[in-house]
Amino acid sequence: MFLITCPFCGEREQSEFKAGGEAHIERPKQPTELSDDEWAEYLFMRKNIKGVQFERWNHAHGCRKWFNMIRDTSNDTIKAVYKMGEKPPVK
Amino acid sequence: MLKNLRVTTSKYIDKTSRVSFKFNGKAYFGYKGDTLASALLANDVHLVGRSFKYHRPRGIMTSGSEEPNAIVQVNNNTALTEPNVRATELEIYHGLEATSQNCWPSVNFDIGGINNFLSPLLPAGFYYKTFMWPANFWEKYEYVIRHSAGLGKSPTEPDPDIYDHKYIHCDVLVIGAGISGIMAAKTAAKNNLKTLLLDEKNEIGGSTIFQNSKHVKINDQNSSTWLENEIKELRNIENLEIKTRTSVAAYHGYNYLLARENLTDHLPKNEKNKKIRQRLLKIRAKKVIVATGSLERPLVFNNNDRPGIMLSSAVKKYADYYGVATGQKNIFFTNNDTAYESAISLNKKGIKVEAIIDIREQSNTAFTKEAEDLGIKVYRSYTVVNTEGYKKINKITIMELSSNGQSFANQEKIELDCDCLAITGGWTPAVHLFTQSGGKLKFREKDQVFIPDLYPSDQISIGSSNGDFELDDIIKNSTKSLKEFLNIKETEFDNLEINCPKDKEIRNIWLLPSDKVLGKTKPFVDYQNDATAKDIKLALREGFKSIEHVKRYTTTGMGTDQGKLGNMHALGIIADTAGIKVGELGTTTFRPPYTPLTFGTMVGRNVGEYFDAFRRTPMNDWHIENKAEFENVGQWKRAWYYPKKDETMHDAVQRESKAARYSAGILDASTLGKIDIQGTDSSEFLNRVYTNAWSKLAIGKCRYGLMLNEDGMVYDDGVTTRLDENHYIMTTTTGGAANVLSKLEDYLQTEWPELDVYLSSVTDHYATASVCGPNSKKILNKIIPDLDLSDESFPHMSFKNAKIDNIKCRVMRISFTGEHSYEINVQANFGKSIWEKCMDAGQEFKITPYGTETMHLLRAEKGFIIVGQDTDGTMTPIDLQMDWIVSKKKYDFIGKRSLYRSDTMKEDRKQLVGLITDNPSEVLEEGAQIVANTNATPVAMLGHVTSSYYSPNLNKSIALAVVRGGKNMMGQKLIIAMENKNINVTIVDPVFFDKENVRLNA
Repeated sequence: MFLITCPFCGEREQSEFKAGGEAHIERPKQPTELSDDEWAEYLFMRKNIKGVQFERWNHAHGCRKWFNMIRDTSNDTIKAVYKMGEKPPVK
Repeated sequence: MLKNLRVTTSKYIDKTSRVSFKFNGKAYFGYKGDTLASALLANDVHLVGRSFKYHRPRGIMTSGSEEPNAIVQVNNNTALTEPNVRATELEIYHGLEATSQNCWPSVNFDIGGINNFLSPLLPAGFYYKTFMWPANFWEKYEYVIRHSAGLGKSPTEPDPDIYDHKYIHCDVLVIGAGISGIMAAKTAAKNNLKTLLLDEKNEIGGSTIFQNSKHVKINDQNSSTWLENEIKELRNIENLEIKTRTSVAAYHGYNYLLARENLTDHLPKNEKNKKIRQRLLKIRAKKVIVATGSLERPLVFNNNDRPGIMLSSAVKKYADYYGVATGQKNIFFTNNDTAYESAISLNKKGIKVEAIIDIREQSNTAFTKEAEDLGIKVYRSYTVVNTEGYKKINKITIMELSSNGQSFANQEKIELDCDCLAITGGWTPAVHLFTQSGGKLKFREKDQVFIPDLYPSDQISIGSSNGDFELDDIIKNSTKSLKEFLNIKETEFDNLEINCPKDKEIRNIWLLPSDKVLGKTKPFVDYQNDATAKDIKLALREGFKSIEHVKRYTTTGMGTDQGKLGNMHALGIIADTAGIKVGELGTTTFRPPYTPLTFGTMVGRNVGEYFDAFRRTPMNDWHIENKAEFENVGQWKRAWYYPKKDETMHDAVQRESKAARYSAGILDASTLGKIDIQGTDSSEFLNRVYTNAWSKLAIGKCRYGLMLNEDGMVYDDGVTTRLDENHYIMTTTTGGAANVLSKLEDYLQTEWPELDVYLSSVTDHYATASVCGPNSKKILNKIIPDLDLSDESFPHMSFKNAKIDNIKCRVMRISFTGEHSYEINVQANFGKSIWEKCMDAGQEFKITPYGTETMHLLRAEKGFIIVGQDTDGTMTPIDLQMDWIVSKKKYDFIGKRSLYRSDTMKEDRKQLVGLITDNPSEVLEEGAQIVANTNATPVAMLGHVTSSYYSPNLNKSIALAVVRGGKNMMGQKLIIAMENKNINVTIVDPVFFDKENVRLNA
């Protein structure tokens, strides 16, 4: 079970958090302008990487804030956590 | 007559404290400090169980948690009985009753033993191959197979024992309290680190604590004497907590570990009562030191499983630690020096050692010399080719090995009598926890062991679990590792003077040769599951290559002992047969738990009423007093219906439904999710999350809203009220409240952070009484006389602030039943008093409390959907025939774009319709399948029934259903296909009652 450093609360048990899928997928500003394929790309297509992955997490049983996490899925090391809207601190 | 084989005294056995116990119904006694295994061996009982498949007699093989054979059923009580307990770990207590497993009628005469003679017919994969056809017979076969398989018996009643969970945080966790673990714990604690030391045994000290060889010394003391002094010092260190009888079950990522602490299993029956039996420790350690030691390997040869065949280290421990002779004519069979060490120790206690059979051509250490000096006959370069004795070993046959170890030097056979054969095939580091944590192993050719290589977290392995088997290596390497790991300059163990024999050799032959062909022999690899070397070779011949596949096909390593003894031999035999190296083959995955855990330990206190949290409304006591039946809705306990006297559920619901339509009904709606929305952008926010338009909703008005997922599917619904310019209160479904709030927060925080909107869950802060029916207005007028209830002032879908006896309340005129109705919301602690006020005021109108079942029926009459019952995450608002609520004008809302995808626009999607049955009294089953033609093969499934009731107000059966293309099938006849009949139905509009909403506005 991970120890996750919430950018607002500090280090907590994984059981306080909820994973929210891939990060940095912005909701299109003008959905009606998109073709079916473009909309489907936003709606359905998600990466499932063995290696470094950018993820959204929510401190569901804590401050309820969403934030981003960079995690290596091959060994579960957390490379960084950062607030929504911030640029990833590492590539 | 029973023999007493307690031949020598031991400081670990308290001879002043006799303990009586029963095994297989017979009374025995042992002493405080004994395990069931040591006490039975002292009573000359070797035969303790039958093997899984062939029902072969089996005896005690080891002295620890790796035991494959001596697993027993403890306690006969139907609630307390426990299967698969290792006799080698079970400490005896007054009143202990244990029995053998897997035998009938008794361990001495077991009918299943016939399988042993049928064994040529029972190869690996027997079940897979034999019971394949005819395919539909499997269920019949399975019934018989399941009854003859299985080891122990499960309890049939709830467990009355108390279990507990505890969180522990420490700087350093040391697993295993042998010599290296004790050194580690002492070093860590003395360097101001909060340290926890765990060991699965009842005493700490590992195997060094009974090490008494004159060749093994620390600072000129016996290693056991030295360690005893260390342990004495250990007890006085402040930062150190020691827990014995505590087995680490799982080692997860980020140094999170689970351990089982056994608190009462060793206590006499009368002292166990009302105490916590076992505790699950949830440990988060900054650093972990794994010092779990190593497991002795058996040797694989023909008939290597008879009672009396034991591991050499176990024979030594029973003699040195428990003072018990496991035999009076002992023979050792070895490929390394530890057998000599054990033989010497036995010899010095006056326990006779007949011979040592050594597969090595030579060995020349202090141990081998001393053994020979003591006059013990040593057969070098010999192997055991067979053993005899049905219920206990009485004879072995040995032959001389050829130099390559795969055949024999000559055909001469020597027979030797014995009553105990102590075997050793070297040692396997206990790397189970290390690999569980994600650690990667490497293979060491020299002595054929897997040892830790890459650590995934802040941890080290030391001692023999790291592959250091000799005392000087253990102490020197552990000390060096500890200094680096804990970042310290020196330890008190830096300058110890250590003496121990050097240059020990090991000769590894995974499968020893036999004078017979393999097919006629039984060289067991996995004792518990009866997997032999020939099963493994058969699997390879049949094309299985991966070790994971061979394991599952032969069931090697899949018993309750998880193959702690034989896994390495399985790997070795596969590698030899396939002509590759063990290191290239890799190992199977070790999974938690290391030793079995009881279900009680896993669930801890979360049993019975504490299984899950539940939520009650403020009116709950009233519902109980008025004999309501309850239903679970999420975690809520909701009043379901209120039966009177002998009423059935059907009777009660019919009565409640009529009362609500024709006079007055009252529902506890407190469980509906309530979200308080404030901020200058609240209207815009609602515009984006609901399908309909919200900007023009006037203050004091309510509106029904439908919320979609981004994929266009209905997610939730509810009424939202505009309390003020920038203040709304949203209601959600009871079950959806938490998810809706979480979803809205997600959009606010991540997609629309520019919006000035604040959300708070207020579900628990308000209680809601919903009063409905033609007389609801009169009742409201009685309790809030100064509130203008005229349609002009207070029309349907509007809201007023009011006061009932100085209690502030929000009254909404909204309806889920189709009747004229009011929802009164008050601060939660006034909920019950407001409810009672409504009941008093409604008495003259025979106001009737109704529960969720009647609510469901009434709304179904009106064709109102329930999200989650009539929808299932695949229904769009268009599918629900709710086009009217989807705004065409709004540029965007969650899910809008998806409503124009080619798939969501298909004409033949499942759509919500009403159904009426040809026979008006026949009520459909919810979930029943709908078809058009029962003669076609296969029959096309058109949809299913989602809601179904007998309507007392229409005097007929009604149902809601989803049907492929149903929107354009009004009036068509369809068939509900049940198991033994077909029911004819007609598709109708889903609104059955008061289509014009006359009653709502009345």
